[in-house]
Amino acid sequence: MIGQDLLGIESLDRERIELILETAEKMQEIGTRDVKKVPTLRGRTVVNLFFEPSTRTQTSFEIAGKRLAADVVNFSVSSSSLSKAESLLDTAKTLDAMDPDAVIVRHKVAGVPQRIADVLDAPVINAGDGAHEHPTQALLDMLTVYQEKGRIEGLSVAIIGDIAHSRVARSNIYGFTRLGAEVRVAGPPTMLPPQVDVLGVKAYTSLREALDGVDVVMALRIQNERLGGGIFPSVREYSSTFGLDRAKLRFARPDAIVMHPGPVNRGVELSHDLADHRPSVILDQVRNGVALRMALLYLIAGRDFPQDQE
Amino acid sequence: MGGLESFKPAPVDAEQGEERVVLDDTSIHRALMRIAHEIVESNADLKLLYLVAIPNGGVPLARRLAQNLESLTGNAPRLGILDTTLYRDDLATRGTRPRLRRTEMPSSVDQSLVILVEDVVSTGRTIRAAMDALMDFGRPQSVQVVALVDRGHRELPIKIDYVGKNIPTQPGESVVFRSEPQDESSDEALEVVVQSLAGSDSGLNPSQGVGELA
Repeated sequence: MIGQDLLGIESLDRERIELILETAEKMQEIGTRDVKKVPTLRGRTVVNLFFEPSTRTQTSFEIAGKRLAADVVNFSVSSSSLSKAESLLDTAKTLDAMDPDAVIVRHKVAGVPQRIADVLDAPVINAGDGAHEHPTQALLDMLTVYQEKGRIEGLSVAIIGDIAHSRVARSNIYGFTRLGAEVRVAGPPTMLPPQVDVLGVKAYTSLREALDGVDVVMALRIQNERLGGGIFPSVREYSSTFGLDRAKLRFARPDAIVMHPGPVNRGVELSHDLADHRPSVILDQVRNGVALRMALLYLIAGRDFPQDQE
Repeated sequence: MGGLESFKPAPVDAEQGEERVVLDDTSIHRALMRIAHEIVESNADLKLLYLVAIPNGGVPLARRLAQNLESLTGNAPRLGILDTTLYRDDLATRGTRPRLRRTEMPSSVDQSLVILVEDVVSTGRTIRAAMDALMDFGRPQSVQVVALVDRGHRELPIKIDYVGKNIPTQPGESVVFRSEPQDESSDEALEVVVQSLAGSDSGLNPSQGVGELA
């Protein structure tokens, strides 16, 4: 149905994305129960292998696994001890010897989840690799938009910020265009990747033009390590040009929603007011993240005969 | 809340062999009226009744049963929908993951007289899964089972309290409950058919046949 691993949205066709979203929608009900647990993955082991700290994504996967009754183990590794490619694969092999049923991988270098998937028997889910992909974030974003708008096909989505260095942007571009939405990206010229149009999106350096008539505005987090790195003059300038507030939001459709993958730099990407109140749906995104990751674990982990899948 | 059902590709009918109708719309409605009478007869405190439908087939049956019970007693019983997929005992040994169906339980089942409603019961495994799922919603006073069709071949010690019709079947046959008319000209909304499968592997199609999973 969706294959052995989930390494990126790029390799998912529309039907698979829809199966994942539909499954996640059913999983949401479990989160509303008094007893938030089903026995589906009882006796299965899910390993969170995070080479880069990420409290939110790691916690979300941990809760998702536990709600499906899996045993979830957090295997956190500091990046410094893994400067050699050799030791990375050694870590993966060590893990494999412990017979996990799914391994969730986060790494600052693009392609590491793929490398690990190549040597592991267990299915691998990419929880973010460098500036490559962050498929579970994009899927939960698609679920959130679907439930807010009732559809994805035909919507206009503007992604604002450091597009060139953002795995969230890349995965969302693949996902939303595959489901038939129009995707625009906007940011300072230094943050727009060259030839971004090959991904089927239109690039803007004017926020006003990018927001014109859109249904969804997605602000990206400005990474602290890039602040002062020469790609934009100052936080203040970024905030005044590309930071969203209610005044700038008026260029979008009156019923536009505002999204952010979190954590928000308040007053930079979003005004304080927008970070906390409608039309931003940031906490819905977080809530949907758990259901979405439950759906993926259900579809991917603990199948004895994954080769029957296709 | 809008469902993603619209995303689903239309179900593709497996290659079908012979097919005969064993219960038509009229006989299904008669059976559900008789079962409503039997439920009233066997349960003292009708206010505690809680119908729990097992999707997909149980849902239209439970709705009809609820209407019948309301017309008999003046009280509409509570009505819930409980998907058993995540509680199945064969998830580890199947290559494919079955699609989930919706669960909508309007309230806890504590102290209630739960009536599980299923279209076709065979091995009893779905009912076992449903009982496990039910316990996650509280502690019912009792659990009883309605099956429109009992086709035999039980593999677990499960008893059906109210049966629409016993239909003994051969292993190669499947029993399918349909809640939609097969063609526009027909006004027969509900029917149960027995299919003798043409190909020996067509019974393994996971998107098919509520009957097989029962």
